[in-house]
Amino acid sequence: MLAKRIIPCLDIRNGRTVKGTNFVNLRDAGDPVELGRLYSDQGADELVFLDITASFEGRKTFTELVERIAANISIPFTVGGGIHELKDVERLLSAGADKVSVNSAAIKNPDLINQIALNFGSQVCVAAIDAKQMPEGWRCFLNGGRVPTDRMLFEWAHEAEDRGAGEILFTSMDHDGVKQGFANEALRKLSDELTIPVIASGGAGAKEHFRDTFIEGHADAALAASVFHFGEIPIPELKQYLCGLNIPIRL
Amino acid sequence: MEIAIVKYNAGNIRSVIGALTRLGVTPILTDNEEELRRADKVIFPGVGEASTTMEYLKAHGLDRIIKDLRQPVLGICLGQQLMCSRSEEGNAECLGIFDVPVLKFQPARHEDKVPHMGWNTIETTRDGLFKGFSKPEYVYFVHSFYVPECQWTAAKTDYIVPFSASLHKDNFYATQFHPEKSGPTGERILKNFLDI
Repeated sequence: MLAKRIIPCLDIRNGRTVKGTNFVNLRDAGDPVELGRLYSDQGADELVFLDITASFEGRKTFTELVERIAANISIPFTVGGGIHELKDVERLLSAGADKVSVNSAAIKNPDLINQIALNFGSQVCVAAIDAKQMPEGWRCFLNGGRVPTDRMLFEWAHEAEDRGAGEILFTSMDHDGVKQGFANEALRKLSDELTIPVIASGGAGAKEHFRDTFIEGHADAALAASVFHFGEIPIPELKQYLCGLNIPIRL
Repeated sequence: MEIAIVKYNAGNIRSVIGALTRLGVTPILTDNEEELRRADKVIFPGVGEASTTMEYLKAHGLDRIIKDLRQPVLGICLGQQLMCSRSEEGNAECLGIFDVPVLKFQPARHEDKVPHMGWNTIETTRDGLFKGFSKPEYVYFVHSFYVPECQWTAAKTDYIVPFSASLHKDNFYATQFHPEKSGPTGERILKNFLDI
């Protein structure tokens, strides 16, 4: 049976992990490769590395990092951040990334999704969407949630699927960082309406939140950062717990 | 031991190279006939579209070279599909090593999403690639087309329909999943291939 996926997300600046971690047994917790390998050993199903560097030099460092990740880690990984055009996608895929996630660039230039799907296949294209619940419904935001757009979540997710995205990574800005659970109602609607997998993001604070997003939110995968980085939810414990509830999980 | 990876317009060769390097072998990446024939083992990886890839292989004479190889050959993902007789993807005539067609998944229920993406279990495995396997193990899949069960099925997975997660015939081995992306289980499978 196809397993629900648990995905730690690492923010990278100038080739180093940004958020602190409290892994005492790591030689260098700032090294994304070491941290990624630790997660892989613990049973993470995939990894996401987000480049938050703005500079040109930073991009080069990130590409070199992607090469090191591909050489050292034996599970699939997605890279995102700073992907503006097809050339960026090509650079990261040839460095060894399995998938790329596009966010703001795809909203500004939706054809980028078609181009990625056409050139590299839908399976490499993750459409990341940041959205916030407004009186008129779920609205998409740009640049990490600072700039509202004229796009609404469900309409844009359908369009992204039609254009060839292989997965939707939906982050609820209302839930992100609050640790009170994922946006399961919106996730369920997305998952039920779309024919591509949906990754839940934003809101993980307890093991039960993962259970809820898989059972109530119909999510295919769940992504989290700080609860893993700070050891609040150890991945082996989380997976044992979910497995005990008969949720299909890879142990 | 010399391992050759067939060089063609396929995506993500780097993960395959990385996985082999971690197992202590340094593969060569080549489309040279002599180098491919001489290698102890050949890996035919693949991420891409069937009909355009077949056109590329034919244009470069690689279709004939791959079919004629006598040493152990491992096709991965699209590599497995291209070893079959034909594919519904772009109506491609394939290499015909395994006389079985490649079909597109037809989801019957909404929750059966296509592509089949993620970790799924392989069962009823045969020796060869799966030497030492005694229970269902999770491996990583990404695909929209599948090889049905047939006499060469070496491992089975159930998604929408039961299908061939792996094939084996004579010196030809193939996996629909990505052993290079399947953690320790994938490493065991690659190690078994190196040990054949």
